[in-house]
Amino acid sequence: MSPHTRRAAPIRIPADAALSPRHPGGGELPGATIPRVMVLWCPDWPITAAIHEARPASDAVALIDKGLVYASSAAARADGVTRGLRLREAQARCPALVVLDYDPAVDNRVFEPIIAGLEQLTPHVQVLRPGMCALRVRGVAQYYGGEKGAALALAGRMDELGAGQTRAGVADGIFTAEQAARGSRGGHGRVRVVAPGESAAFLAPLDVGLLDDAALVTLLRRLGVRTLGNFAALPADDVRTRFGEPGRRLHALASGRDSWPLVPRTPPDDFDVVIDFEPALDRVDQVAFGVRTAAERFIDALTAAKLACTAIRVELLSDAADVSERVWLHPRSFTPADVVDRVRWQLQGSGVIDAGLSAGIIRVNITPEAVDAIGNHESGLWGTGPDERIHHGLSRVQSMLGHGAVLMPSIGGGRTLGDRQQLVAWGDRPVGVRQVAQPWPGRLPVPLPGTVFEPRHPVHVFGAGGVAVVVDERGALSAAPAELSAGATVLGIGSWAGPWPVDERWWSQDARRCWRFQAVDSTGCAWLLVLDEGGWWAEARYD
Amino acid sequence: MFEYGHMSTAAVLTPEPVIDEPAARSTQSVQQLQARIRSMQATKLDSRLIPTHPAIAGLLPGGGLKQGAVYSVERSAMLLMTLLAGPSAAGSWCAVVGVPEFGVEAAQRFGIDLERLVLVPHPGDDWLTVTAAVADVMGVVVTRPPKRATDSSIARLSARLRQRGATLLVLGSWPQSEAMLSLSQSQWHGIGEGHGHLAAREVTVTVTNRVTGRPRSARLWLPDADEQVRRSASASAGFSTMPREATG
Repeated sequence: MSPHTRRAAPIRIPADAALSPRHPGGGELPGATIPRVMVLWCPDWPITAAIHEARPASDAVALIDKGLVYASSAAARADGVTRGLRLREAQARCPALVVLDYDPAVDNRVFEPIIAGLEQLTPHVQVLRPGMCALRVRGVAQYYGGEKGAALALAGRMDELGAGQTRAGVADGIFTAEQAARGSRGGHGRVRVVAPGESAAFLAPLDVGLLDDAALVTLLRRLGVRTLGNFAALPADDVRTRFGEPGRRLHALASGRDSWPLVPRTPPDDFDVVIDFEPALDRVDQVAFGVRTAAERFIDALTAAKLACTAIRVELLSDAADVSERVWLHPRSFTPADVVDRVRWQLQGSGVIDAGLSAGIIRVNITPEAVDAIGNHESGLWGTGPDERIHHGLSRVQSMLGHGAVLMPSIGGGRTLGDRQQLVAWGDRPVGVRQVAQPWPGRLPVPLPGTVFEPRHPVHVFGAGGVAVVVDERGALSAAPAELSAGATVLGIGSWAGPWPVDERWWSQDARRCWRFQAVDSTGCAWLLVLDEGGWWAEARYD
Repeated sequence: MFEYGHMSTAAVLTPEPVIDEPAARSTQSVQQLQARIRSMQATKLDSRLIPTHPAIAGLLPGGGLKQGAVYSVERSAMLLMTLLAGPSAAGSWCAVVGVPEFGVEAAQRFGIDLERLVLVPHPGDDWLTVTAAVADVMGVVVTRPPKRATDSSIARLSARLRQRGATLLVLGSWPQSEAMLSLSQSQWHGIGEGHGHLAAREVTVTVTNRVTGRPRSARLWLPDADEQVRRSASASAGFSTMPREATG
């Protein structure tokens, strides 16, 4: 399974612990136990994650957030691309720079499988932020025979999982361990162990700017307090009186008395269902039958976790190594039969149900893409009104004819009738709809035709002498239209209007240029005719 | 028994049966019986009309579209949309089966709520099954039969429609339709020979009752210059039961 399909893990930050009623007083009271903590840190994590995701050609990579450099790789830093630089200047300093947009979701998504791999060695890992995690050191230290050995082993495991040059710090409390990891060097010195009780001495020479409160740090600097040691030397009661509870907490951190316990994450439940077929199945109905039990298991597992699934991702892998991947939405929530239907529709595309496939299917992977608490999807005591009935009726038609057979219309922006009518399959949401509220000069005057041919029909228009009518470059008609013929049918044209030029997107590749006419035939029926390079077309009928 | 004898004597004595031939008399009694059967069948359905455009309602048997009935409409999308607009505005869901060229934007201009409109453009050979499935949940269903259905399947569908209270509008002919709506003498306004554009249309709408076989027609603006459908003030093309509205 590729990391792209896995949902981003819920990241627990230590702030949760601060709000937790179990630890009301912080932990800086004398005598409170301060846990031994190991922090594993992957330097330049945003860069590592972006390279993993985008696989750029060059080593020099910079992530851009709001037009400024957010992070840069070592090769880019060597050329002077630093954080906070403007994009244009960064490109000037390093012409080979590959610029990517910073996406916090990528950080989380790529870090998730690494944590999952680490959890195979040791449980109770707390993710501090993407690229940094903390764990209780006691168990692993006993297993690996020492704190340093344990840190080296786990950092090596992180490297194997693709985390880059992981560094580790072991100390009393999360804050001190994090500073130890940051203070370590690369290579053999990548693990820094601060002995128990040495935290205050280790932190004392460090800059006060490490505290995560910009206003307080500024104020402390102006007061002449420049190191954590200076700050820790202030009397705790005075700090509390002046800066309140947050200040007291930071003062405890600076003194090396960070007794917040680790809050290990709960590994997210894995609801993915993978069905392997051996040998490969090459018929749609066989695959649909094979998926049925797994679909029931999939929905049962979600229901047991009190979840209702509103979107699934279906991945189909064929023995020709083709991967077909699609997200299916559901207007309500999926039932096992709905899941089987989606797999079948994805397989058959526009074909019929018992059609053969071009390549055999060897694996089907079903992932919940969006879940919701099941309480929000419970039907009322007397049912939930007419909508449910309509959904069931239309789903029945969909399972007979295919997903795209039942369409909901809406009006989008555009000039031609075909552009303006948007049809979306029942259950999907419209994508990329052009704004209908914009003026759209050149659209048809009302009344609009009730019959819009899809596809439009080729016709011929003749003048009085039976010669074909054409329009020249300047928009002049060669003759007044007198006859309209489609196949063997020939109708006289009574009144007509046009040509109206439609010249769309003349600046681009998909330019479209045509002339529009309205014509009333001898039976009193009116037509919308279009003349383009391909000749005359009947686009719509006013009937 | 006596009363029967008495009545029969009276019947013999009345002059009319002497004038009527026996064949005509039997026809009359058949018609009377049919009317009686119809009235007994129709009591439930007549009472349930769905909202219908006033310009057309007066032409229809019963004064509007009935629930559970089938109407056939001859090749006019605009007439179809006029019929759909009333129930759609009143909150019904509408479905259009087997009409891929249904003009969605025109439907919206005619007052059909697109939030409650569902299209099944290509039902293929399953059109009758799809129509029946959709009619189970929708108020008004439009369908176009690609081929003639068997009498038994038509009877089954009719029974289902009556049970569900859905109205079926068929584009084309249908053997058991309540009435047939057709257009004739279409006349467009606003367009000349090389100038203007289509702005309004006057048309004669004819409704043929299946039972009586008598056509009723009216001259309508479909639509007028303001995109409204209303009775035309010009010379009517036939019998009309509705008082004509003033036109501007």
